[in-house]
Amino acid sequence: MEAFVEFFSLRDPNIRYVVLGTILLTASSAVVGTFTFLQKKSLVGDAVAHAVLPGVCLAFLLAESKNPLLLIVGAFVTGWLSLVVIDTITRNSKIKEDTAIGLVLSVFFGVGILLLTNIQHSGNAAQSGLDSFLFGKAAALLPNDVRAFGILAVLLLAVVGLLYKEFKILAFDKNYAAILGLPVRALELTLTTLTVLAVVVGIQAVGVVLMAAMLITPAAAARFWTDRLSIMLILATTFGVISGVTGSFISYTATAMPTGPWVVVIISIIAGISFFFAPRKGIFFRVRRQMNNRRMILDENILKTFFNLGENDHSFKEARSWDQLLVERHFVPRRLRNGLARLRRQGFLERQSAGWVLTQAGFEKGKRTVRLHRLWELYLTQYLRIAPDHVHEDAETIEHVITPELEQKLQEKLGFPEVDPHQSEIPYR
Amino acid sequence: MIKHVENPVLEVHDLTVSYARKPVLWDIDLTLPQGSLVGIVGPNGAGKSTLIKSILDLVPASSGYSKLFGDDLANVRRRVAYMPQRESVDWDFPASVLDVVLMGRYGKLGLFKRPRKADREVAHECLRKVGMEAFAKRQISQLSGGQQQRVFLARALAQEADLYFMDEPFAGVDAATEKAIIGLLQEMAEQNKTVVVVHHDLQSVVQYFNWVLLLNMRLVASGPTEQVFTNELLQEAYGGKLTLLTEVSELVQKGQFAAREKQGYRG
Repeated sequence: MEAFVEFFSLRDPNIRYVVLGTILLTASSAVVGTFTFLQKKSLVGDAVAHAVLPGVCLAFLLAESKNPLLLIVGAFVTGWLSLVVIDTITRNSKIKEDTAIGLVLSVFFGVGILLLTNIQHSGNAAQSGLDSFLFGKAAALLPNDVRAFGILAVLLLAVVGLLYKEFKILAFDKNYAAILGLPVRALELTLTTLTVLAVVVGIQAVGVVLMAAMLITPAAAARFWTDRLSIMLILATTFGVISGVTGSFISYTATAMPTGPWVVVIISIIAGISFFFAPRKGIFFRVRRQMNNRRMILDENILKTFFNLGENDHSFKEARSWDQLLVERHFVPRRLRNGLARLRRQGFLERQSAGWVLTQAGFEKGKRTVRLHRLWELYLTQYLRIAPDHVHEDAETIEHVITPELEQKLQEKLGFPEVDPHQSEIPYR
Repeated sequence: MIKHVENPVLEVHDLTVSYARKPVLWDIDLTLPQGSLVGIVGPNGAGKSTLIKSILDLVPASSGYSKLFGDDLANVRRRVAYMPQRESVDWDFPASVLDVVLMGRYGKLGLFKRPRKADREVAHECLRKVGMEAFAKRQISQLSGGQQQRVFLARALAQEADLYFMDEPFAGVDAATEKAIIGLLQEMAEQNKTVVVVHHDLQSVVQYFNWVLLLNMRLVASGPTEQVFTNELLQEAYGGKLTLLTEVSELVQKGQFAAREKQGYRG
């Protein structure tokens, strides 16, 4: 708790730097990552993230110091190189893009690890901390680093802000952008450069291994909540920043903890929550809607059965016993019991000693379901020319789907017919 | 039967197009008069879409060239609009109908600039023309196929061009919408705009278009509908694949020959 107050009160200037740095780093990768995600180039981000490691090591070997500017340049060069190689392989051979990405990613990362191990065993004192590029160490950010990476991050956000509409059309319909005369090649190059830069900036906080998660996961999580690009960008940024700051807080309190894995754990939790609980698109809501639909269908089928029994002996006000219902229609007994209890609760049925009886509201509802069933059967035979003995199954489903507007249309189109294809009377109001 | 015109709005000269070195269009030569409503007709795989895409520089030509308004495409882009097939994009993209139609204005806006009020008004007007104004705020993922088609049409209209290329605008559209769209295109042609349409349905050709291109890997005919849309020429366009041509195409691909030798390297 003490650490919490200390960290989030931002009194310590070092902590201020760490927090500011993390916010900028995660925000820029989330924003750029959103466009990478929409362009369906998520894997490319992963390849770049791994490919910057040899660049970082080479820059260190050349300069023999951890000058952030040089490291950025080094990372940028190999990051870019990896993209060029992927592009060349895809274009000039039979190898498909996913394979090319896999090849390039592993080769570049392997070389990077090789160099890093070499440096670590070289006995150079300045190398300590270089391995934090692997898993990230936000808490180790120095004011100097934050300044360099911060400027880069701001620049990145500014470019995206300026080219917002261009990137949008590029992701949606590239050919059309070309027709309009937009410089598609240059824009693609810019976006690729931004992706590489975002990776270069982000690895300080989360490291090369998990960088792809910071590019893609915020966008993927945000996509569940909205259908608007502007809001998606804001949400992705928020998710990224929350996970970044929390991750660096954890790695600040537990000094041995690398930041990257924690950031990724938190953004993954956010993504998981979005996946399950986002309105409309989340699994939870979809399952609930399906359950509601199933319940509605069962309820309407029960009321319909009461109505059918009433039609058979011309008495809708009579109580129906459990056995009578099961003989008329093959209900699953457990579901029927639940359905009867629910309908009673909702006022569509009443319990009497001999069984259950329709209320007026229940009667109307059952009648409507039967009406829709028979109207639909008639529609299928008249307009789709389907044989009368084939239409019942279809109508069993459609009777639950038709809205009052469609019902009206259906009745008008058929001219308020009196009987269905099986000569059963169609019950109107 | 290829009829050429004076001062054509579009001239295609000896155009050959290949995919992965396999020629799909051979030596296309044609001119189109201004203010015509042109139907590109031919069997599946005839290269109808490819012809449009090549004219618009989306697919590189192996040889030959196209001139629009007597100029290179790069100099007259503002006067040229395009409506792609709706399957060419992923409709599960976070954008509204209005967003997509506004894209038609991006060419006029230039880099960095945001759409202005005037652009929004044009976009709304174009949506009204295609009967989609009520859907302006709708997410594009929630549209039916026909509605998507109309959104793309509105986007092309929003370009306010003089020459329109449309790739199967009637695919997946109900009869009433098709009638409304063709009315719109005919109106545009009356205003001396030129509309070039890739079309699939032979039945409606005579009724819709006043100029027809018959295509089957080569140009079979180009001219006014009543002269071109004859049994004889249709037979020629649809009467089976030109097997010899296809075989040669495949040979070219297998042997990795360039479809055209480079100038000056005649051997």
